[in-house]
Order: sequence, then structure tokens, then C-alpha cells
Amino acid sequence: MAAVMTASHSTPADPRPALAALLDPTARTWLDESAAKVAADPAAVRRLFPAVRRRCGHGRLTDYWTVDEAARAVLLTALPLRDQALADEITRLHRHGDPAEQRAVLRTLPLLDLGDLALPLVRESLRGNDTTLIEAALGPYAAAHLPHAEYRQAVLKCVFCEIPLDRVTGLDSRADRELARMLADFAHERIVAGRDVPHDILPVVRAFPDVIGAELKHALTDVLTDVLKEEG
Amino acid sequence: MRIFDPHIHMTSRTTDDYEAMYAAGVRAVVEPAFWLGQPRTSPESFYDYFDGLLGWEPYRAAQFGIQHFCTIALNPKEANDPRCVPVLDELDRYLAKDRVVAVGEIGYDSMTPQEDEALARQLQLAIEHELPALVHTPHRDKATGTRSTLDVVRESGIAPELVVLDHLNELTVGMVLDSGCWAGFSIYPKTKMSEDRMVEILKEHGTERVLVNSAADWGRSDPLKTRKTADAMLAAGFDEDDVDKVLWRNPVAFYGQSGRLELDEPKPDEEATFQGNSIRRGGA
Repeated sequence: MAAVMTASHSTPADPRPALAALLDPTARTWLDESAAKVAADPAAVRRLFPAVRRRCGHGRLTDYWTVDEAARAVLLTALPLRDQALADEITRLHRHGDPAEQRAVLRTLPLLDLGDLALPLVRESLRGNDTTLIEAALGPYAAAHLPHAEYRQAVLKCVFCEIPLDRVTGLDSRADRELARMLADFAHERIVAGRDVPHDILPVVRAFPDVIGAELKHALTDVLTDVLKEEG
Repeated sequence: MRIFDPHIHMTSRTTDDYEAMYAAGVRAVVEPAFWLGQPRTSPESFYDYFDGLLGWEPYRAAQFGIQHFCTIALNPKEANDPRCVPVLDELDRYLAKDRVVAVGEIGYDSMTPQEDEALARQLQLAIEHELPALVHTPHRDKATGTRSTLDVVRESGIAPELVVLDHLNELTVGMVLDSGCWAGFSIYPKTKMSEDRMVEILKEHGTERVLVNSAADWGRSDPLKTRKTADAMLAAGFDEDDVDKVLWRNPVAFYGQSGRLELDEPKPDEEATFQGNSIRRGGA
């Protein structure tokens, strides 16, 4: 039987070595010079950050990073700012960022020493309806900093938005009885409505068997039987 | 038939429109920043609107198989409201974005000094950001307004091939094409220009440097006017290559000058309905 599969809880790898290997010399030079400019003058990031995707490309780099997100992470980690000043600059980049820029900010959060200061950015993304932003928001930073009630709501929102739960960081350590209850109630609602129950909620629900009420048990057994058949 | 609508305000349109547009052959659109009917009263409203043009709207369009790009500017009408003018100071951030393929809509509405200032300043921003400019011509006193617009464009130093003057008619098309700028036509149910008049203009002036758009928005308008113009062209004896030039290759050439038109060429055998055509409603 599958355990609760989840993205790694740990800090993502430093993207610089992978980037250096992949970028062509022109892009690499641009990025190195841009990072140096940002280190010398933090305001320079405001014009350089939006231009990254055109300069460095946007294919996949690693499981965690795309090329543009990784290159933008290089600029953000070059900012010579700390604490509130760093949070303010990052927040402005996110506030005026297009979705690709916002995803880059969200994915870089675990590499920046911000404490809880970036939680408003995570919350804003979770309120929205762009699933690419919701997914980017639910990385290692959210897993480490989001309060329990908000984390549970975020997981439930993923289920509604059809974001596979294996893309949500921290589910193995943060799934609790209350989340299992919420997902079981959701499953019940779906079964009563004659709609499909997404299978990826079942590992969480099964980890807390007492949340499954008598009337749900019967219905869920059918769903579970189907899943077990599929899993062989 | 593949269609690129170079000027349409999708923010005001429904998902039914997206489906109908896809079925009619529309595969790419440019949405210029403009006014919304209800006047804005602060710069922050503009930023949220720009964010929508760069965020939610392309996301929505993509789910219907349509590629969405935008132009960013302070529009002429609201350039007259001192509460909105500070937007000009933040345009640098937005003009640097990947999906911004021009500065626009800029131009004249009532021919005021404030509009002069906003137009001149934003043409300079186009030069600095190496972007084309989409210039609206006024609905009232159009011929005089178009002449003044051409003067300002010339004085700015921007290359004429980087500029389209839009909403033209029989009386303004000649001076615009003579200037080296592109000529844009908005095909509307009642006002501005009809598909039959458009066909006559194409017969007289040719298909070079001409853009045809629906300019559909929150007013009475029709997002399928591009397709209807294409059909009228074919009925009048233009061939499919002429139609492809006016309704696909011309807008691609004009906005392609931005260097940011990252376009997937549509496949000719694509079916008339896009498979992923139900919008995700999110957290319900």
C-alpha cells in the first residue's frame, strides 16, 4: 500500500551549479553581471528580475526549479538586504510581478532568511485561483511556516483545484486528524453527489480511520476497493 | 483559418466568447490596457488591472486554446484625471514584463494638454523599452485628431513602423499609411467601421501594414468581427493568402517587433473545439 507520498520537506538545492552547467555563455554572463549589480545596488533588481526569462530561458532545470525560476532565485539571493528590508523588496517584486515572477519569488522563499515575514505572499497566492501559483506557494516555506488551520485549508483547496497532493510539501509531517476529517467529509459530499473522489486523498484519510463515519465507511469501502484493484 | 485579434478587451468578455472565438479560428489576441467604463480613481486600481492583464486573463485564455498578450499604458481619457497620472511613474516595472508586446492604448481623447503630456511621455517609454506603440485615435473630430497624433509621433523620434494608429476610417487611412505607420481598423456592429467598408478600404489601399481587430469590450461589440471580415474578404474575391496576411501575419509582424511575442504557431488540422475548455473555478 502506498504511504502518504509528498514532496520533500527540505530546503531546495542551490540552483547555481545546475544553472552554470546549462546556460549558454551569453546568458551566464548576463546573470553573473546582474547578480553583481543587485549585490551592489538592491534597487537594480526591479528592472533585472522581470527580464530574466527573456535572457536565460524557461525550460525545466531540476524537479524543483525551472530555468527562469532558478535564475531569478540567483538575483533574489544576491540582494544585500536582511529582515524587514529584504521582506519589503521581495514583497514589492511579488506585488508587481507577473505569474512567472510570482512563482519564482514563492519558490525562492526557503532560500531566504525571512522567518514569517513572507507569509502574506503565500496567503495571497492561496486565495487566488491560478493553480500554478497555489502549487508554488505550497513548498517548503509554507510547510515550515503556515499555521495548522491555514495549512489544512490549503490542502483542501488543492483537492478542489485538482492539484495532485504529491506536489504539496510537508503532507507527511503535517497531515493530522483534523485534515483527515475534512477530507473524509469532502469525500462524503462527493459520494452523495454522485461525483468522483480523487484517490490521492485516501492515504491521509486511511491514516486516521476513526474519522470515517459509519455511513461513509460503506461508500468509501467501494472507492477503496477500486483503488486497491487499480494499485494491484 | 488562423486569426490573431490585435486589439480586444477580453477582461470584459465571457467564456462563451472564448469558445466561439476558438471555433471561429482565433488562436491569439492582444488585449490593450484601456478604460473600463467606470472611471478609476487611484493608481492602485490600474496596477490590479495590469496584473489581471498579465495574470488571470492569459491563464483564462489558455484554457480555451487562445494565446493572450497585452499592451500597457495610461489611457488618454484617464490621463486627464490628476488622481490617475502617478501611474506613469510605475509603468517602467510593467513595460519590462514578458507578455507586454507594446505600449498602449495611448493617444488623444479630447485633445487636452494633459493628453499631450501623457502621449509624449509614453512614446518615450516605448523607445526606452524598445516596444511598439498602439495609438488610439479620437472618436470626436477624428481627422484633426489623427493629424495631431501623427505630428506628435514624428516629433517623438520613434520609428513609424513601430507605431499603429487605430480606429481609422476612410478619411484617416491615407495620411496614416503615407506616414509609414501601421493602420488599425476596429470592426464594430454599428460605429467605427463595418466589414464591408473594411473590404473596400483593403481594395483601395492594399493589405500592407494593415491590422483588423474587433476591439470588443464592455460596450456593444462582437468578438467574431475578425472572422466576419475574413469571410467578407473571401466573398469579395480576396484569396486565403490575403486573409492570412491581414488576420495573422500582419499582427504577428507588428507585435513581433517587441521581441516578446512568444507564439505557438497553430496547427492547421486542429479541431474546432479546444479540449480543455472548462475554466477551473478554483476553491469554489
